Amino acid sequence: MGQLPDPVEELLDLALVGELTVVGGDGRPITYPLIPLYDGERIYLTSSTLFSRKLEHIRANPKVALSLSDPVALGGRTDRATIQGDAEVIDEDPHGGWERLLPIWEAKEPSIVAFLKQRVALPLFFERALIAITPRRVAYWGTGEASEVPTVTAVGGAA
Amino acid sequence: MKRTPGLDARAGMDRLARYPFHVLSWVGDDGYPMNVAVAAAVDPESLTATFESPAGLALPMDREFGLTGSHIRPQPGYGYDERRHVTVWGRVTAPEGQLELRGERAWGWDEQEVPFFEYSERSIGQSRRYFDALSAERGTPVKPRLSLGWLTLRATRLPFLSATIIPVLLGIVIAASQGFFDLPSALLTIIGAAFVQLGLNVANDVFDTTQGADDANVTPTKYSGGSRVIQYGLVSFRRMVTIAVGFYAAAAVVGLVLLVLRGSPALLAIGIVGFVVSIGYTAPPLKLVYRGLGEIAVAVGFGPLMLLGAYVVQTAGSISWEPVVASIPIALLVALILYVNEIPDRRGDARAGKRTLPVRFSRDAVLLGWDATVVAAYAVVIGGVLAGFLPITALLVLLTIPIARRVHDGLRPNYDSPYTLMAVMAVNIQLHLVVGLLLLAAYGVVLVANAVSPGLPLFLR
Repeated sequence: MGQLPDPVEELLDLALVGELTVVGGDGRPITYPLIPLYDGERIYLTSSTLFSRKLEHIRANPKVALSLSDPVALGGRTDRATIQGDAEVIDEDPHGGWERLLPIWEAKEPSIVAFLKQRVALPLFFERALIAITPRRVAYWGTGEASEVPTVTAVGGAA
Repeated sequence: MKRTPGLDARAGMDRLARYPFHVLSWVGDDGYPMNVAVAAAVDPESLTATFESPAGLALPMDREFGLTGSHIRPQPGYGYDERRHVTVWGRVTAPEGQLELRGERAWGWDEQEVPFFEYSERSIGQSRRYFDALSAERGTPVKPRLSLGWLTLRATRLPFLSATIIPVLLGIVIAASQGFFDLPSALLTIIGAAFVQLGLNVANDVFDTTQGADDANVTPTKYSGGSRVIQYGLVSFRRMVTIAVGFYAAAAVVGLVLLVLRGSPALLAIGIVGFVVSIGYTAPPLKLVYRGLGEIAVAVGFGPLMLLGAYVVQTAGSISWEPVVASIPIALLVALILYVNEIPDRRGDARAGKRTLPVRFSRDAVLLGWDATVVAAYAVVIGGVLAGFLPITALLVLLTIPIARRVHDGLRPNYDSPYTLMAVMAVNIQLHLVVGLLLLAAYGVVLVANAVSPGLPLFLR
């Protein structure tokens, strides 16, 4: 697999939703629930231009954190992880550029394909940007309890 | 108007208390945000959430923290639903060993309170800003897109053409049953009438945009709230004006050709009145739909004018009571399409000063109005048959009573829910279509009978 610890990659593959925290213009953390899509190297999330404030925040400050913490969204898994990294907004072609991730997205949310076929009904929802996260540091809680000191792993040469 | 649902700290804490765990977030000294799941005890009364300090992590106490609750319900084979989340921000202190966040402000979304489609509509300004910024950054316009086919369908609201096709065909068929039929002018009538409706549809978007009605509407549906191509940035306002003018110009050319080929004072009068009603539907100074006269305008335009117009083209100017009577149920039912479609728009319409009937009247009055109108439509058919204006076969229309019943039954429970009302709106449109088709079938029988067995008494006269 990739460069992340195995259990974290498993969580990424399972997660229907993760909590992406970005840094707002005023320095506040702002958290958005999104579907994480992992290709073995980078973590991708997608955002419609309708809900693109997060994209503006990332363009201004690419440092982000992604929490995988909800057992319901993780197929019952109770271990948890947080991945800190540098995000890049990819929006050369908001109309169709994001569709290269459709197969991984469909695996988690099968209805998206049928929904896409009806894009005439809500065209702006399918004008989307990709958020590509290059992981830098991973914190992992095997018990899922914050009272446990997490195992921290630097990724990609990060300190 | 709020783009996303705003919450105060108290309401945010109330919601946060319902989540089984929370994600604490902050921005570390290295500039990276950090988030970690904690089990917080939330007390909305005191606006506080208390939790154990996460082990092994340095929490900078000199800045704001966020506490987020998030929920989905997995749906295997589909994805998930029941989306909701809330974040409360505040400072964190450590009064008695535990950490305490005091809520200061909040933000969130719950799709059971604000349906996804409404949430999306409330966010189109953000999408517009994003594309504007992208265009400025690249020095070239970047716009949302749809394929030409979908865009044409959406911008012109092509599927609604049944409102034109039905009365025009009926006018042609009634004339044919009386021995008048001219194929070229019949085809031209259908084309010209379709241009008028397409012009009306596009002009309606133009004038609803200039008067703020489409911008004020955050609950459009498949059948209501306009095409929204201007609001979405899919087609520019100027281009929509050009398209509307183009359709009207094409309609005028077809109208002139028909006047030359099959001209009569009646056709000229119908053309002029139709043009005034069509433009005046949303355009100032008449803006009939803004004055609660939209239903009358639509009834007249898509009932007698279309049907009689098609009829007099075929008869080269002669008029009889039969097409007039036949147009009335069609007129009433097409008016009911608009009437029901205005129900989900009524709050936005009210904000924009568009005083449609559902804006003016209570729910009970609106529902009573629907019932009375649909009963009147059936009564005209029965009366028309008994009086000998319509063929006995027109009673086929009564087969649609169960469809009408479905609309009646669906309106009240879905009156305040634009997205569940959509199914009722579809049945209401179907009612007009099926009544129209059955009237066409009724005249089809008359045509066949005239050919096979002339003199068969299909009229009670």
